[in-house]
Formats: sequence, structure tokens, C-alpha cells
Amino acid sequence: MPPTAFSILLVFLPLSLVTIGGGQSAIADMHRQIVDVNHWLSASQFVDAFAIARLAPGPGSLLATLIGWQIAGFWGALAATVGIFGPTAVLIYAVTSLWSRYQGARILTALETGLRPVAAGMILAASYVLIQALDGGWFARGLALLSTALLMLTPVNPLLLIGAGAGCFIGLHMLALV
Amino acid sequence: MSEPDVPRPTPLQLFLIFARIGLTSFGGGLSGWMLREFVQRRRLLSEEDFLNGLSIAQALPGVNVTNMAIWIGYRLAGRAGAAASWLGIVVPAAIVIVLIGSAFAWISGYELSHVALDGAAAAAIGLSLAMGLTAARRVPRRIFPLAVMAATFIAVVVLHWPLLWTVLGIGSLSVAVAYHQA
Repeated sequence: MPPTAFSILLVFLPLSLVTIGGGQSAIADMHRQIVDVNHWLSASQFVDAFAIARLAPGPGSLLATLIGWQIAGFWGALAATVGIFGPTAVLIYAVTSLWSRYQGARILTALETGLRPVAAGMILAASYVLIQALDGGWFARGLALLSTALLMLTPVNPLLLIGAGAGCFIGLHMLALV
Repeated sequence: MSEPDVPRPTPLQLFLIFARIGLTSFGGGLSGWMLREFVQRRRLLSEEDFLNGLSIAQALPGVNVTNMAIWIGYRLAGRAGAAASWLGIVVPAAIVIVLIGSAFAWISGYELSHVALDGAAAAAIGLSLAMGLTAARRVPRRIFPLAVMAATFIAVVVLHWPLLWTVLGIGSLSVAVAYHQA
């Protein structure tokens, strides 16, 4: 499809409904649609956008806004934002306003219990896809694993860690290793 | 349902509170920010109310934090509150990310900026993987949930299923089983 605001909207609308457990779970599919199917961005442009989205404040799914902007400017950004946030906003609004009728809560408990392993599998798959797409070979993969370990074992500030990752690669570049 | 006895915020106040949360939260953890702001500092919601909302926000599709913004906004100021809270968490941060992206495009002529961003991306993937491992650790150690998790991973990584079909297929089976066991 040519990258018009409308075709961008069509790509992001269904992605909205699979963002279970946070935006991470949709990243693998976003990558497939944007890079492999439509060729709107290259794989390294996509990973660059991912890093920028992680450095920026706010919900991680704003990655969609940035990608829309890079593909088709203002209208692309607007279409991607409405696409990724719109359908689920309507859904949660409906559920919230009907909340008093859901007193039984059995269906809600079942949703939470049933979707938890699916969400975990999707987040792990997204991480795997991103690690595959990294530039910088084994140094980058090692850094990703080291960063994972630090985040899980220490109360390190993620922003500091991302900054240190950038600094680390500049150092390796000076030594001509990456 | 006992509501804490304080003046209700207006939609404009909600917009400003969520804009501040959206703009100061780097690297995730927005739910923790909201708990501090609405329950502990301003006492606008009880902790139980907040946790009910959080479990719905996580169970339904959608980004947890934008779901939470709509839920909190609706509870505190109805339809206008939900809209104002949603706009507050999304719009200011969306403008900032486009500015940061444009600034990067401007310096992207320098090779070093790509190298730095590769390093930043590698470290940032840690956030995603650490969250995946934390979520995996909370999956019950029983055969069915573990098989669902493995099947999801295989469907996405090996079979390249679109996520929508993965969720509709594996997800609805898993929810149906959970419903019967509940």
C-alpha cells in the first residue's frame, strides 16, 4: 500500500486491539507490517524509532505516532495515534461505564487469568524480534542481556541505563569494535 | 462504595495532572506514578478502587496507562473527565516524541549519532525483555498456562502469525478454560 494517512490508519487500527499487557506486545506485529509487508521503513529505521520512543517520556505506544510522522508527516502521525489508541479507548470507556453491571466479575477474572500467559508470550516474542533486528552484532546482544539483568536485579533508573548504553557504544566505536 | 471526602477535580485539572505524569515518566512505570498521585498524594481514589481499575486495564486490550487514565478520569469526572485524562496522557507526550524524532533526523548525518542510538536501543530492549521475564514469572506453574505461553511465543516468532489471530485464537481458548475453572 502507498503510505497515505488512510492506509497508515488501516494498519494501526487492528494493532490497537492486540496491545494486551502494554504496547510491547504489538511491536513484533508493527515491525512486520511496517518493514516486511509495506516497506514503509527499513529495519534499522524501525529500531532507531524504537530507541527514540524508549528515550522519550509517555506511553511506549507513542512509537506508533513517531512511525506515522516519519512515514507521512503530521497526518501520518495523527492517523497512527488515532489508530493505535482509538479502538481500545472506546472499549475501556464502554467497560468502565458498564462496570457496575459486572458485579459477578467471573468473566473479568477469567479474562485476566486467561490472558496473562498470552501477554507474557507476546512480550517475550517482541523482545526476541527486537534483539534479532539490533545493529552491532554480539556486543549489542550482550548489552541487551546485561541491561535486562540490571533492570531485574537492581533498582537502576532506566533512563540512566539507556544513556549508559549509548555511551558504551560510542566508546566501542572509538575502539573500532562496532 | 465510599468515596474519599475531597473536592472533585475538573476535567481541565485532570488534563493537567495526566499531562504532567505523561511528560515526566521516562522508561515506563506510569501506573506507579498514578498510584502516588491519585491515591497517596491527593487521596482522590481509595487504593481498592485504584487496584480494581488496574486489573481491568491490564485484562483488556489497550495500553495499561491510557486505559487507567480513562478509568480514573471517568470515575472522577464522568465522560468529560475520561476524555480530558486520555488527551492529557497522549497528546503532550505525542508532540514531544515527534520533536525528539525530528531532532534526531536533523543530527542523523553524523555517524556517531547512529552508533549512540544502536547502543541506546540495545539497552532499551532490556526494558522489554525484563518485563517479559517478569510477566512469565507470574504465569502459574501449571501445564496449561505454560503451554499457552509457549504456543503464543512460537506462533509469533516461528510461525509469524499476525498478533490479532494469535490473541483471538490462543487467547480466547485460554480465557474459556480460565472461565470454566473459576
